[in-house]
Amino acid sequence: MENSQLKERILSLVPEAEIVETKQYLNAIIPKEKLHFLAKSLREAEDTSFDYLFCLTGLDLMDSLEVIYHIESTKYHHCIVLKTSTTDRENPILDSVTDIWHTADYHEREVFDFFGIKFNNHPDMRKLFLDETRIEGFPFRKDYVDEINIVER
Amino acid sequence: MPFNIYDFTSFTQWIDKSLYDSLSPLWAMIWEMTIIGVAFLLFYAVIGLFLVYAERKVCAFMQCRIGPNRVGPYGIIQTIADLFKLLMKELIPIKNADKFLFNLAPFIVIITTFLAIAAIPFAKGLHAIDFNIGIFYILAVSSMSVIGVLLAGWSSNNKYSLIGAMRSGAQIVSYELSVGLSLITIIVLAGSMQLSTIVEAQADGWFIFKGHIPAIIAFIIYLIAATAETNRGPFDLAEAESELTAGYHTEYSGIKFAFFYLAEFINMFIVASIAATVFWGGWMPFHIGGWEAFNNIMDYIPPFIWFFGKTFFIIFIIMWFKWTFPRLRIDQLLTLEWKYLLPINLFNVLLMAFIVLMGWHF
Amino acid sequence: MTEENKNSGLDKEEEYIINIGPQHPSTHGVLRLVVSLKGEIVKSVEPHCGYIHRGIEKMCEKLTYPQIIHLTDRLDYLSAHINNEAVCLCVEKALEIEVPERVKYIRAILSELTRIQSHELWWCSFGMDMGATTCYFYGLRDREKVLDIFEETCGGRMIVSYNTPGGLMNDIHPNFQKRVKEFLKHFRKKLPEYDQLLTGNVIMQERTKNIGIISREDAISYGVTGPSGRGSGFSCDVRKHHPYGIYDKVDFVEPLYKTGDTFSRYKVRMDEMWESMKIIEQLIDNIPEGDYCAKMKPVIKLPEGEYYQRVEAARGELGVYINSRGDKYPYRLKLRSPNLSNLSALNVLASGFKIADLIAIGGSLDYVIPDIDR
Repeated sequence: MENSQLKERILSLVPEAEIVETKQYLNAIIPKEKLHFLAKSLREAEDTSFDYLFCLTGLDLMDSLEVIYHIESTKYHHCIVLKTSTTDRENPILDSVTDIWHTADYHEREVFDFFGIKFNNHPDMRKLFLDETRIEGFPFRKDYVDEINIVER
Repeated sequence: MPFNIYDFTSFTQWIDKSLYDSLSPLWAMIWEMTIIGVAFLLFYAVIGLFLVYAERKVCAFMQCRIGPNRVGPYGIIQTIADLFKLLMKELIPIKNADKFLFNLAPFIVIITTFLAIAAIPFAKGLHAIDFNIGIFYILAVSSMSVIGVLLAGWSSNNKYSLIGAMRSGAQIVSYELSVGLSLITIIVLAGSMQLSTIVEAQADGWFIFKGHIPAIIAFIIYLIAATAETNRGPFDLAEAESELTAGYHTEYSGIKFAFFYLAEFINMFIVASIAATVFWGGWMPFHIGGWEAFNNIMDYIPPFIWFFGKTFFIIFIIMWFKWTFPRLRIDQLLTLEWKYLLPINLFNVLLMAFIVLMGWHF
Repeated sequence: MTEENKNSGLDKEEEYIINIGPQHPSTHGVLRLVVSLKGEIVKSVEPHCGYIHRGIEKMCEKLTYPQIIHLTDRLDYLSAHINNEAVCLCVEKALEIEVPERVKYIRAILSELTRIQSHELWWCSFGMDMGATTCYFYGLRDREKVLDIFEETCGGRMIVSYNTPGGLMNDIHPNFQKRVKEFLKHFRKKLPEYDQLLTGNVIMQERTKNIGIISREDAISYGVTGPSGRGSGFSCDVRKHHPYGIYDKVDFVEPLYKTGDTFSRYKVRMDEMWESMKIIEQLIDNIPEGDYCAKMKPVIKLPEGEYYQRVEAARGELGVYINSRGDKYPYRLKLRSPNLSNLSALNVLASGFKIADLIAIGGSLDYVIPDIDR
């Protein structure tokens, strides 16, 4: 499917989406309540069939925390980017997509580990890499300060 | 002193006669046994050292490298250096282990190999114990090493040692059957269990040629089963389970570990020498019936060189297996024995009996 | 109902947990696997990562783009050259720079040599884990020749850092073409030896056929790419679907097998070594003359925006995501690691098989731990 058709499809499913076209991929910024619904529909529809999630990234924009999903269809080889964010920095919670794409399991744990974003309905929400006894807080946030372990230049 | 390199009977009878002439019968017997015991200890030690060195060199040869070559000329003294190191290691006592059994286990393993070596015919007349049930004695005595293995695993007070020892024990006991049955095949052909008779009967041709098809099948099965018996080669999951859990000798250090290690190599030697004796003619030279000139040349080589040559050739084949094949999983190992080797073996015994009855052997 | 309860009570008593701890000869790195066993059968495997987490992504937020290249070597150190290339391609895409043809050819040749030496090391350790220790020496003997080529041209054996945004650090050594051709001639004779030693061996086939099966749908869902995914029929070669560099002009085949067991993953990697040799042969004689680096500014600043580059590393699809705010440091750099996704499928692969098979399955997935932890 072409980018224009995909844009139509996303807007028909989630009218509040904000679509940005970059040189590489079509980006869609989705409110967090609708993400799971959109992802599931895109996966299950026959003509889009986005069955391969190849990257799940967390991002700290200074006023909000964002999660970026790069998805691809192995049948039609089209790719899009879904983004969702939450402005709550104290207790950020988003919906998990583990039931749609199993690879999200470890990647969402990584995002929780580094940014502190919890995911609803995740089978095993705990830290993946960092050791709780040594590192408190979430290191990848831009306001993370650690005088001992991080040397600022 | 009559010392004939081709026939040691005169030499041994000379020793026997001189002892009994000069001392009382009791003391003569004690001295004779001491001499034989010391001779075997020395032989054991030398063979052990040599085999460890040979294993490392053969392994290196398979893997396109040189092996030990620094300690002494061509690395000959390497094993002695390793032995010193093991002697000087601390013997770590285990807290809640059964001390008596823990210390007894390596000795059981070594003593059984000692008992088995005593019955092997090295050359004409160089034969320590010549029972009329020679093969049966060797099989019985080498089966006792299972006890040592199981004791080692149980008395270590370690869950994983016990599992490893159980696996190893199951493996050894299963493959005993195949070893026994393939030797029975040859006993059927030879008509006697006495080892010296078996060797003498191969004067006009080795049993592997005389007994053609069933003897060849028996030899192949014997080789596979004997490698499994000694926990070597592709059947070493119980020890190399240090991938996951450690084997039965994990809690042993220093000289006790050296005993287990040495016992493995001597077991390999025993197994290879039985194969050489029973299938390949023991110390008999290679004769082809009717070719007198050829037979005379073959006779020129002393018998003990024949014996050791055949044994070391079979040892080389066993080492070759170990460094080429991957390991079998424990269930595949036991399946191999119970579903494949055992039925073939039983059929083979019947076949050999049939051939002997009909006189279709050479 | 009561029978179910009785059975589950029994299961709890018979299950026990063992640790294949961080230090272990077969995990090829520091990874802790907590295995729940029932008798001999594995019920579940839970990997605990993070023993070698170095915070590479966080460090990159304070490093310039040429400096980042040196950190990417240390991710999956067996495909060092390909990791470097990924970041360079991302930066070049963002700046819209066209690198000279010569650079594209050399990058492709070095990438394929990297793939060959990575698969050789995989073969070594796979054979050794199964018990055939001799495999280790045969594979390393041939890998040394590739490492000698790297040392002569790039300056380093394993950690190369030869790529830089815009091209290469230095031109290739005059001996490069000759040595690569010699290596190809030598390796074509040696690779059938590998097949003779291990592939046709009955013991090896019994231990790998129908062990650790993952279906194509599961492979796509878990994100298992690279040779592990191709063993299940998932056609995921980035060089074919989203070609970069010179790969659209080169003729090669993507080996695909349907069964999804350990043996098919093994066969995919053996076939890939042949294909890589084919690619190198097509390129080695035709390297065009020219510059080894495009003209770049002294300080590289990416324009504002988001950029994503995918490459085919030896173990799967490596992705580089750069979010730039216009300065010389990236605002966020994310590395999509192929080994993390491959590892997430370990539970599905190993459940229901024996504990001795776990080692074979882990070997066939071929994970490198520093890439998982970054």
